[in-house]
Amino acid sequence: MNGLTFDIAHLLAGSLVLISFMMLYQDRLFALINVFALHAVVLALSVAWQAYIQDAHHLYITAGIALVFKAIVIPVGLHRIIQRLGIHRDIETAVGIGPTMLAGIGLVTLSMVLMLRVTPEADPLAREDLAFALSIILLGLLVMVTRRNAVSQVVGFMSLENGLVLAATGAKGMPLVVEISVAFSILIAFIVIGVFLFRIRERFDSVDVGALDDYRGERR
Amino acid sequence: MTGFSFDAVAAILFIPAGAAAILAVLPNYRMTAVVNVIASLLTLLAALSLFVTDRPAPGQYLLVDDLNIVFIVLNTFVGFTTSVFSASYIAHELETGRLTAPNLRFYHAMYQIMMFGMNLAFVSNNIGLMWVAVELATLTTVLMVGIYRTHEALEAAWKYFILGSVGIALALFGTILVYMAAQPVVGEGTNAMVWSVLIEKAAHFDPALLSVAFIFLLLGYGTKVGLAPLHAWLPDAHAEGPTPISAVLSGLLLNVALYAVLRFKLLLAASPQAIGPGPLMATMGLTSLIFAAFMLYRRRDIKRLFAYSSIEHMGIIVFAFGMGGPLANFAGLLHMVMHSLTKSAIFFAVGHIAQVKGTQKISEIRGLTESHPGLGWALVIGVVAIAGLPPLGIFMSEFLVVSSTFARYPWLAIPLVFGLLIAFGALLLRLTGLAFGEPRGGMAPVEASYVPMYSHLALVFAAGIYLPAPLVAWFQHVAGILG
Repeated sequence: MNGLTFDIAHLLAGSLVLISFMMLYQDRLFALINVFALHAVVLALSVAWQAYIQDAHHLYITAGIALVFKAIVIPVGLHRIIQRLGIHRDIETAVGIGPTMLAGIGLVTLSMVLMLRVTPEADPLAREDLAFALSIILLGLLVMVTRRNAVSQVVGFMSLENGLVLAATGAKGMPLVVEISVAFSILIAFIVIGVFLFRIRERFDSVDVGALDDYRGERR
Repeated sequence: MTGFSFDAVAAILFIPAGAAAILAVLPNYRMTAVVNVIASLLTLLAALSLFVTDRPAPGQYLLVDDLNIVFIVLNTFVGFTTSVFSASYIAHELETGRLTAPNLRFYHAMYQIMMFGMNLAFVSNNIGLMWVAVELATLTTVLMVGIYRTHEALEAAWKYFILGSVGIALALFGTILVYMAAQPVVGEGTNAMVWSVLIEKAAHFDPALLSVAFIFLLLGYGTKVGLAPLHAWLPDAHAEGPTPISAVLSGLLLNVALYAVLRFKLLLAASPQAIGPGPLMATMGLTSLIFAAFMLYRRRDIKRLFAYSSIEHMGIIVFAFGMGGPLANFAGLLHMVMHSLTKSAIFFAVGHIAQVKGTQKISEIRGLTESHPGLGWALVIGVVAIAGLPPLGIFMSEFLVVSSTFARYPWLAIPLVFGLLIAFGALLLRLTGLAFGEPRGGMAPVEASYVPMYSHLALVFAAGIYLPAPLVAWFQHVAGILG
C-alpha cells in the first residue's frame, strides 16, 4: 500500500476518534450537535477516501448519505426541535466530565489492545480501521449512558453508528454496506424526525429521559 | 400447480409485504382485521407447503434447510393465531376508545411488516440480510409498543428502542468481524457473507477474530433474546404494548434473535480453535433463569409477571443449546416450541382478562375461575403448563433438559433445578390468587376468542402426552444439525 493513501485514511479515522472524545465533554446541546455534524463530515470524507482507494464506487453513495443526511439534515432538524422545545440550556450529565474522559481513554485502550491483538494477519489498514471503529462505538455508548437527555442519547447513538459505518467500509469489498447505511438512516429518521421526540414533547413537555423515570412500572 | 412453479419462500415473504401495503390504505377497521387474519393464514399455508414442495437451492440471499423450517412454521402458526386473537382484542380496544381507527390501520400494517421481517430473518442465507431483517422486526415492534401513547407506553418504547438499537449495533459489528474473518479465505464480495458458504470454510477462518465476533453477536442478539444482564427492555415492552404484541414478542421475536445466535454458534463450532460458544451460552442462560425466577416474586403487574417468565424460559432454552449434544438440543428445540405456544396462549388469556377487569394489577384480579370460567381455566392450564407440571409439554422438555444436564454435568444441574423450583413456586403462588377465591374486579361477560388459546393449550397438552414419531425424528434430525 502506498504510504500516503494509508496515512490519509489513518488520519481521517483517527480524527473521528478524537471528535468522539470532543462529544464527551460538550455540556450544551447545540455544541454537541455541531460536534456531531463535524463527526459526520469527517466520516463522509473517510468513506469517500475508502471508496477512492478501494475503487469501490458504491461507497460514494454511503459517503453522500453521511454528508447530506447526517451532517446537514439531522443536525438542522435537531436544532429546530431543540429551539422549539426551548431546551437549549445545559445538558444534564449523569456522570462528571473528568470520570467520563478517563473512562473514554480506558475504552479506547481496550479496543486497541483487543482489536490489534486478534487481527495480526488482516490487512493493516482494515485492522486499524477496525480498532478505531470499535473505539468510536464504545465512546458512542459512553455518550449514551452519561447523558440523560433524549436528544443527546440520540446523538450518542448516531456517533456509535458512524463507527459501524467506518468498520463496514474498512472491511474491503464488504457487500450490503450501502443497504445497511440506508437501513440505519431510516432507523434514525424514524426516531429523530418523528415518533419519539414528537410524542415525548407532546406528552411530557420535556425530553429529559429522567422525567420518564418517574414511572418505574412496579410502583403503581 | 399447473404451468408455473409455486415458490413457497417467495410466498412467505410477499404475502405479508403485500398485505402490509393493502392494510396501510384500507380505511375500514373491520375489514383490516379480516385481511390481517387472511394474510396470516395464507402465510401459514405457504410455510406448510415448504414440507411438500422442492426446496430451492441455497442462493446468495435465501436459504431453506431443516433448521429454519421449524422456526418458520412455528412463526407463521403463532402469527396466524395471534391475528385471530388480535381481531377480537382490538375490537374491544376500539370500543373503549384506547385506540382510534387510524391507529388500527397503522397497527395492522405494522403487524404484517413485522411478520415479513421475522420470516425474512429466518429464510435469509446472508448474515447482512439477516441483520437488516431483525432490525426491521425490532423497529416495527418498537412502534407498536408505543401505540397507546401513554407515559408508560412511551417510556417502554423508548427503553426498548435504545437497548434494542445498542444490541443491534453490537450485532452489526459482530457481523462485520465475521466478514473480516471470512474475507481472506472466501474472497471479497457477497460470498463472504453467505452463511452456507461460511459454514463450509469456517475451519480455515482466523479463530481469534471469529471468537471476538461471536462475543459481539451473542451480546447483540442476546439483548433481543432477553438474556439476563441485557433484558431491561423486555418487561416494559411486554407490559405496555397491546397484548397481541406481547404475545408475538414472547412467542416469536425472542425466537428470531435466538435463531440468529444459533446460526453463529454453528459457525463457531465448525472452527476448532475458536472459543467454545457453549459455555458462554450456558452461563448466560443459567444466569437469566435464576435471576428471572427470583424477580417473579416481586411482580404486581400480570403482564410483567409473564414477561419475566419469558426471560426465565429463554434462559432455559439458551442453556440447553449451550450444553449442546443431541439430547440437550432436542430438549431446547422442543422447549422453544412449547414455550412459544404456551406463552402466547397465556397472553391471549391475559389480554382478555385485563380488558374485563380494566386493570393489569395482580392484586385487583381475583377468582377468575368463578367470574370468567373460560378465561380463568385457560390461565390455570397455561400457568400450570409454563410452571412445568406434568402432563403438559413443558414438563417433558424441562425434564429432558434437566436429565441431560445430570447425565453430563451433574453440578450444573443443581443451579438449574434450583432456578426451576423457585420460578415454579412464584408462578403457582400468583396463580392461586388470580384464579381462585372470591371474585374481584369487573364482572362483565367477555366476548373472547377462545379458539386460539385453547388450540395452543391443546397442542401443548397433546405434546405432553404423546409426541408423534415423525415429529420426534424430525426434531432429532435438527438437533443433530445443531451439533
